[in-house]
Amino acid sequence: MIAYIVERLFQSLLVLVAVALIAFAVFQYVGDPIASMVGPDTTAADIARMRENLGLDKPVVVQFARFIGNVLSGKFGVSLRTVKPVEELIAERLPATLELSGMAALFALAFAIPLGVLTGLKPNHWASRVFMAVSLVGISLPTFLIGILLILLFGVVLGWLPTFGRGDVVKIGFWTTGLLTVSGWQSIILPAITLGLFQLTLIMRLVRSEMLEVLRTDYIKFARARGLTNRAINFGHALKNTLIPVITITGLQLGSIIAFAIITETVFQWPGMGLLFLQAVQFADIPVMSTYLLLIALLFVGINLVVDLLYYLVDPRLRADRGAMERGV
Amino acid sequence: MYARSLGGKTRVLGAGGAANKRLRGVGFMLGQSVARIGVVASLAMATAMAVVLAAPAQAKTLKWASQGDLNSADQYMRNQTLSLSIMSHVYEGLIRRDPKTLAIEPALAERWEIAEPTRWRFYLRKGVKFHDGRPFTADDVVFSAQRALGKGSDLKGRLPANVVVKKVDDYTVDFITEKPNPILHYEWTTWGIYSKGWAIDNKATEVADPSKGDAPNAATTQANGTGPFKLVSREADVKTVFAVNNDWWGKDKYKHNVTEVIFRPITSAPTRVAALLSGEIDFMEPVPVQDIDRINKNKGTKVVTAPETRIVFFGFDHEHKELLHSSVKGKNPFKDVRVRQAFLQAIDIEAIKTKVMRNLALPSAMMVAKGFEGWDVAFKRLPHNPEAAKKLLADAGYPNGFEVQLDCPNDRYVNDEAICQAVVGMLQRAGVKINLVTKTNTVLFGEYQKFETSFYMLGWAPGSYDSWNPLEFLHRSVPVDKDGKSKPGGTFNYGRYGNPKVDALIDQIGQETDKKKRDQLLHDAWKTTIDDVAYIPLHQQMIAWGSRDSIAKLEPHAGNELLWYHVMMK
Repeated sequence: MIAYIVERLFQSLLVLVAVALIAFAVFQYVGDPIASMVGPDTTAADIARMRENLGLDKPVVVQFARFIGNVLSGKFGVSLRTVKPVEELIAERLPATLELSGMAALFALAFAIPLGVLTGLKPNHWASRVFMAVSLVGISLPTFLIGILLILLFGVVLGWLPTFGRGDVVKIGFWTTGLLTVSGWQSIILPAITLGLFQLTLIMRLVRSEMLEVLRTDYIKFARARGLTNRAINFGHALKNTLIPVITITGLQLGSIIAFAIITETVFQWPGMGLLFLQAVQFADIPVMSTYLLLIALLFVGINLVVDLLYYLVDPRLRADRGAMERGV
Repeated sequence: MYARSLGGKTRVLGAGGAANKRLRGVGFMLGQSVARIGVVASLAMATAMAVVLAAPAQAKTLKWASQGDLNSADQYMRNQTLSLSIMSHVYEGLIRRDPKTLAIEPALAERWEIAEPTRWRFYLRKGVKFHDGRPFTADDVVFSAQRALGKGSDLKGRLPANVVVKKVDDYTVDFITEKPNPILHYEWTTWGIYSKGWAIDNKATEVADPSKGDAPNAATTQANGTGPFKLVSREADVKTVFAVNNDWWGKDKYKHNVTEVIFRPITSAPTRVAALLSGEIDFMEPVPVQDIDRINKNKGTKVVTAPETRIVFFGFDHEHKELLHSSVKGKNPFKDVRVRQAFLQAIDIEAIKTKVMRNLALPSAMMVAKGFEGWDVAFKRLPHNPEAAKKLLADAGYPNGFEVQLDCPNDRYVNDEAICQAVVGMLQRAGVKINLVTKTNTVLFGEYQKFETSFYMLGWAPGSYDSWNPLEFLHRSVPVDKDGKSKPGGTFNYGRYGNPKVDALIDQIGQETDKKKRDQLLHDAWKTTIDDVAYIPLHQQMIAWGSRDSIAKLEPHAGNELLWYHVMMK
């Protein structure tokens, strides 16, 4: 068990280093941060000095080694754009992104499961057909378009909800939350729908196909033969058995909700990490970009590691195989 | 919670404003009416006026958005229009400029004189206080000069190198320069004066330098100036809040009724438009060209346009013996003035204006905007003429034209990419095949700096409103090192145009303090560079401001700055 964990941790570390290296190689093409930092009459000497300070005059490998060295000693650098330590900046933005992602996931689950069950139980009902058709829209329309359409409808035409921002926030320790104010709740509705819509349609379709699958199995037929109520069969037996893959997918999707909040956050000017990253790219703000990518890589590696370890606990065959291998069979 | 405490603050300020206005009303009416109708009547009227004046003085919040955020509350950190302009409401310069005429007006300096060609004397305004109550004196000016020239500052260009700033007495400062400098104070609108005492107490005497990994200091998040607005709070990329300074010395001169300003960056253009349409903000800029009609048709919103001082232009590689990106081998066609002129005449500037820019551009014959010192109506653009262009190319030895790469930013100027696409077709008619390469400006401008472009688009907007800056930075020949290679950096003459005559004129212009003589020199310099077809100027793009009817009056500003102390809210 310990050997397995150590091995997985070691692999995760390799992935992180690889991500950092690739990120650094890509930064060479993102642009020159100096060009964003200087004004029209900055002298050549000042530009050279800044380049030297930032280490941009060194080869990529040296820059990379310097970055890794700094990260290992807990220094992530200072944002070139906002002039704040990067770790502080990310800590400041993390709550906004996590709240948005959480609400988006909740929204997706809250609608996806009932709709999935409905369309699975009554595949030919007109309502099911409508939901399936609409869900195609959710899968095929790009996020920014959905966001803009929602803004136009609910923000401009109807005037019910704010068009941008996070509303008023309340500070609790290091955490800022928008979930304790009315304007905060009003502000989170549209971005959460925008971000969650794709997941909603995905999970809904997954639940539907699983339901269709499960309803054909023998134990459902036997349950019906026993005369159990439809309610008990559909929700007590069928739905429960569909949930295993749903939970796995939802867990994995949570990572991508956080990572891909970039577009939603930009459309709604949501002050989270995604917006921070996008602005960092525009400015060629290398310390922020590299730290963000590392953090997202860590997130995915972490989720995968947990999933792997869960499999190890859940599936006895994995343990048996390893035992056999260690004995040299 | 946050909003409530802020609201409370606003109300308190509003009450102060009312009291002030009442006093002003009495004084004003007294002075006028003694001569006209008599003391008693006037007093009665003045009282009535005062009541009327006092009534509407409640909280007026100006909410506005731009596409980017100010980088720092420290005005000296970034030489970038938005940051400089917003913070100039907090940190005032010795001078300011009228938004319409761009004429220089006294600000923290009441008047000034050129005592000797190399010594300027500035007489400071008395009785001015910083927001924290410290008095403003000559020490603060001397200190601010040191700070602007010091470590980490990006405003070093505001003062000439090796300038000596000397305190004569508490309200007189001398600026002693090495050489005569006729435009010493031209860019001082955005060189705000810091309080020496405040900076020392808050350990912010130097500008934090992010390139060195400096941690931010007090001046990056707080501010203490003498200006019409005080910085109340700042959340980077979310919002920055300002409150009116009721003790501002200039409040009688500049009439406005804004008591609070909330600035928020909104990166995405459609969202910015939606926020204006929905009434969440009173003002935003820039308005995307395609949304102008929509905003104008919507009830309660409109777009204000005015020409911006930025000139968008094309530049040539004048230097490489063989162009880096062209079909011509062994020589550089752009070294021939006939080829450059052919390109200029092949471009149909009217078509770009009407079709690409939807009339939101002012075609220019010069590399400076209308209204600048040195701008002259006498300079006319050579007419668009594809036949003449073809003939010029044939005369230069390219009867079948040639191929060259055009580098163009796709996210820097209004419709930059579309302009370049239109130009590809226009040059095609003259026989030139253009390979268009468009990139994001952070990448592209890095390539420009390395002198790797053959034919490129750039824009230029000097803050000095004077011709010397574009001459110096775009037209002065680039020094070469001992291997004969041009040294990059510190110049924006990316095509390395060079003419010894122009260099000599630039030197003279930089030092000539006699206005008449200087104007003649400017004319000569522009004449030479235009005859050389050093660049192809295109146009001044229009600023497009979106505003709601909650704003009764605002002043469009050629430098694209929204000056809050010129805003009247309903």
